[in-house]
Amino acid sequence: MKKKNFFIQNKTFTVFGVLAVLLVLAAVLAPLIIGGVSPVEGSLMDAILPPGAEHIFGTDKLGRDIFTRVIYGARTSLAAAFSVVILIFVIGTALGILAGYFGGIADTVIMRIADMLIAFPGLVLALAVAGIMGASIRNAVIAIALVSWTKYARLARSLVMKIRHRDFVAAAIVTGSKTPYILTHYMLPNVLPTLVITAATDIGSMMLELAALSFLGFGAKAPAPEWGLMLNEGRAYMQSAPWLMVFPGLAIFVTVVIFNMLGDSLRDILDPKNE
Amino acid sequence: MTKKQLLSRLLQMIVVLIGISFLTFILTYMSPGDPVRTMLSASGVMPDEELVQSLRGQMGLNDPFLTQYFRWLTNCLHGDFGNSYSFSKPVLTLLAVRLWPTLRLTVFSMVLMLLISVPLGMLSAVYKNTWIDYLVRGLTFLGVSIPNFWVGLLLMLVFCVQVNWLPVICSGGDFKSMILPSVTLAIAMSSKYTRQVRTAVLEELSQDYVIGARARGVQEWKILWLNIFPNSFLPLITMLGLSIGSLLGGTSVVEVIFSYPGLGNLAVSAITSCDYNLIQGYVLWIAVIYMAINLIVDISYNLVDPRMRLKR
Repeated sequence: MKKKNFFIQNKTFTVFGVLAVLLVLAAVLAPLIIGGVSPVEGSLMDAILPPGAEHIFGTDKLGRDIFTRVIYGARTSLAAAFSVVILIFVIGTALGILAGYFGGIADTVIMRIADMLIAFPGLVLALAVAGIMGASIRNAVIAIALVSWTKYARLARSLVMKIRHRDFVAAAIVTGSKTPYILTHYMLPNVLPTLVITAATDIGSMMLELAALSFLGFGAKAPAPEWGLMLNEGRAYMQSAPWLMVFPGLAIFVTVVIFNMLGDSLRDILDPKNE
Repeated sequence: MTKKQLLSRLLQMIVVLIGISFLTFILTYMSPGDPVRTMLSASGVMPDEELVQSLRGQMGLNDPFLTQYFRWLTNCLHGDFGNSYSFSKPVLTLLAVRLWPTLRLTVFSMVLMLLISVPLGMLSAVYKNTWIDYLVRGLTFLGVSIPNFWVGLLLMLVFCVQVNWLPVICSGGDFKSMILPSVTLAIAMSSKYTRQVRTAVLEELSQDYVIGARARGVQEWKILWLNIFPNSFLPLITMLGLSIGSLLGGTSVVEVIFSYPGLGNLAVSAITSCDYNLIQGYVLWIAVIYMAINLIVDISYNLVDPRMRLKR
């Protein structure tokens, strides 16, 4: 019997995987899609036009085309969310493995710091960090990463502790494997599947947090096209130009749905005992 | 929780608090903004170099880092968090005034959230794998993906701008001004809780006592509300505690949208105006409240769940 194609077997994953790839493509190929219209420059002649044939999402107070800004915004949002997830994944995994493998002082120090950050509503600290370091998308990424890595560290640590005293690890030590080799070839592969699933399901929520920071004015700075910031700018024109806040919000919503679905279906595939 | 456990928890809290105070102090110390210039421009004075330098000296901003930190920490322990540069009022007074509206908003939105998520979660569990369940699960899925500030803005667009039922600016602090902010917060939270309620109820439904009760002919609604409901509520208590804590610190976005006069709004304005003392006081206070709530939750867990008492 022929084995069924992976993509046909996991329809949800395939559908949302394709959508996610399309999103990333739209972000990367933004200039091609838009055809040369600038996301930061507009003509005041076209200010606050409702959605129509020429500007399908309308224009803002400076006459910038909202559709253009939404497409370009995908670049900022996706790049920032991916950077956060990669950062917390790498930092959390590395620290968690170290804490779990070496125990003792390293474990105490790392886990106490993690406790400190967890004994605390994340957004408060992220706000303080982003605000104090100054508003920029890079600082927002750092701020969120700083308060979010602990989940990965805890997971990696507990997974490492489970196998730390198994015979194969002892055998590796006895036969003279170097510690870095053990860490990367025995510990890392054991923690990776769970952590990859966690990372995949985190992309959406990180995007929401980044957008929230930008919305409050602690992330991307004008005139950059960023969805959270666009919502904030559109807020003042709620009455006269509701499309200014409808479309960027919709963009965040749709993107987060796609990545959440993708993450969830990935979890179902890799970790069947969860459902 | 035994006395020994309680003691070690309290000790741990102190260590964490010291860590947090150090962290916030380092952050504000390293920040690029200058509080003296901010303060002067807030009061309408042109900051010239001589004035700035003398003020820096007066405020002790030229001292070495550790001296500044320990002076600040000692003052904090005496209940003095300093003056806010931007509001020219003691930090503690500012925080105390703003705490009550946020607390009210938190409690109100928690109640609303429970009113939404308990019935939905139970419905979805009882009618598992029917269209009701799929509908509820679909809704919760959309709920976790939607940015809560966007929900707030849309609600505002509909209820304040289009039909004009509620005020756009909710700074009054009366009941009417609390409706939209708390609905926004409740919607954001209820998706997560509906899922939790569903899982917990499903777990209880598969227990033997349910089969036993059914076999003895106990009415289904009695089983549901008198047996399953209290039992499935237990695991939620921890989550509720965490949510109250994070709401106290995490309502900033919603408070800013609706100009609600709460802690979150205060924090955002403190951060934008580089108000070091206020930021530090705020972060420290939130940490204390958050940890206290978690402790209370853990203790209450013992009181509510008889199995915990038996273990001792």
